[in-house]
Amino acid sequence: MDFLIFQVPMLTLQAVLDGLLLGVLFALIAYGMALQWGVMNIINIAQGDLVILGGYIAYFMYLYGIHPAWGVIISPIIMYFVGVIIYKLVINKVVDRDLFISILATFGISILFMQLMNFAFGADVVLANSGYGTTMLFDNSVTLPNSKIFSAFISIVFAIGLVIYMKKSKLGRAIRATAQNARAAKILGVDTEKVYAATFGINAALCGVAGALISITFTIHPYMGLPYTIRSFMIVIVAGLGNLPGVAMSGMGLGVFEEFADYILGTEFRIGSVFLLLVLILVYRRFKLSRKREYLK
Amino acid sequence: MNKNIILYGAILIFGIAAPFIFPAFKVQLSILCILIILAITWNVQGGEMGYNTFGNILFYGLGMYLCASVQVGMFFPLGEWTEGGGEKTFVHTPAQFFQGFAVGLAVAAVVPAIIAGLIGYSILGLRGHYFAICTLGLGVAAGEISGGIEIIGAGQGFTTPPFPNVDRLEARGEFFYFCSFIVLVFTFLAVKAIYSTRFKLVLNAIRDNEDKAEAMGIQTMKYKIIGWMISAFFCGLAGGIMGGLVGYIDSTDVAFDGREMGVFMVLMAILGGKGTLWGPVIGATLFHIFKEGFWTFFLGWQYVALGVLIVVIVIYFPEGIMGWLREKYPERFGEVVDEADRKAQVTLK
Repeated sequence: MDFLIFQVPMLTLQAVLDGLLLGVLFALIAYGMALQWGVMNIINIAQGDLVILGGYIAYFMYLYGIHPAWGVIISPIIMYFVGVIIYKLVINKVVDRDLFISILATFGISILFMQLMNFAFGADVVLANSGYGTTMLFDNSVTLPNSKIFSAFISIVFAIGLVIYMKKSKLGRAIRATAQNARAAKILGVDTEKVYAATFGINAALCGVAGALISITFTIHPYMGLPYTIRSFMIVIVAGLGNLPGVAMSGMGLGVFEEFADYILGTEFRIGSVFLLLVLILVYRRFKLSRKREYLK
Repeated sequence: MNKNIILYGAILIFGIAAPFIFPAFKVQLSILCILIILAITWNVQGGEMGYNTFGNILFYGLGMYLCASVQVGMFFPLGEWTEGGGEKTFVHTPAQFFQGFAVGLAVAAVVPAIIAGLIGYSILGLRGHYFAICTLGLGVAAGEISGGIEIIGAGQGFTTPPFPNVDRLEARGEFFYFCSFIVLVFTFLAVKAIYSTRFKLVLNAIRDNEDKAEAMGIQTMKYKIIGWMISAFFCGLAGGIMGGLVGYIDSTDVAFDGREMGVFMVLMAILGGKGTLWGPVIGATLFHIFKEGFWTFFLGWQYVALGVLIVVIVIYFPEGIMGWLREKYPERFGEVVDEADRKAQVTLK
């Protein structure tokens, strides 16, 4: 094997660290997807586009001279309302329907968002420069941008905050009750319509946080949404709905996988390898379940 | 029956005469034929079998690349051709062009079908939305990966052999139009023949309840794979012709164009009515007219319109035109209507 990564052991460490920090972000997006999937039984293809939209909010703050890190607070607030509006316009009509309907409808939203963002923000690859500098480790052989550490830290804070919110608050309890049995929750006086709207809003807000962090650490582009959707879908099916440690673990695992794919196969195959991994995971689970005469539900 | 023959005859005559009646729209008409083929093939899977796929674009793009590669590779070294980009150092003689195109089309049809058969066993074991997302992943992965392969042009694309210089200027458009029209007729007749056999009933049984179908002793997996192979066969053919027609193949924008073609074929079939023979044809025709109008007059806003159209069709019109007609005139579809029963149901609701 004459790959560079096997000759330089420090590169392996670099890839693992990069992957872990990236994976935390993926896990945050996947958490939102697991939430809405579990509660509303909706697969949101527009998830990645919400992320990118959140990123553009932070980017615009950066353009107008505000430090993009504030986007972590502003972006989710705006995105919450975007999410609620999307819910009121489209999602509430597909909640009780076939899952394919929701996939297709959100695919439509995704295409719409892509193009609107393309109009509004242009087709350039942009990033919001946070000016955080870099940390050098191990004799300057491993470089870690501070923005990545910052983004991983903020993601963890938001994830833990949300977990506590879901456990303790009234709305959190209502959301969990609706996820368990929407009909029973309705009978017991939970306004499920409101809960659904709030769930979709919270999901969009999480996407907003993740997007703002991505615009600081990586780059954003109007058409980059779909890979984020696929990644979060993959993380959710590997971890299972409602398994938060699993989401975090598989998110970081995916991050590390991507970094290694990047080094070994080359950057041009990075996105392709993510999509192929999705296919492989699904096929693996299908064969595993088919031994028990079951299938993925 | 007699009425049907007149109808088919009229459509056939119109199809043959169309390029001479509307000489300016030959390319549009050819694309219409391709779109109808794609909608019909998607319907075999999504409509009749209930396996909603976003991944038939895989076979379409594969057919496109295969047809062009074979057409070039039969006579010239493929690597040098793609390296040359738009500059043509080799020129096909007419005989070479047509010979290569014919062989290329055959390869473009057969290889995707074989690939569908090979991967079918793994992928068709998934159900519902897992299948949809998995095939979506397959389509995008194919686009990304083919964009990194040098011999088929990688990121810079692949120009298909230019049409040979024959005396008539019109020849290129007519050639591709008749190619696509003949394939369309062939596809339609083949699918119609398939739909009149037990095979269609099996597919419908799988759609309605796969577990029960299996319990009744149907080897569902076998039928699912055959259904997918049929889809892939015609998708590959359509892709091969489209490659020649467009003249330029790019991995993510032309061949594995999940954002356009991949969605179009789903949308057209749903617009016309899933699970009907004529639905995809009607849906594709209407969609193409709408699309061309929009693409011409509101350039730039087409994806916005497409997104809105998808949402509106999916939410408010999921049964499609044929489904709506069926609801309105059930007698025409051979359903026996008990008037009293029908009214009773309405009042109950």
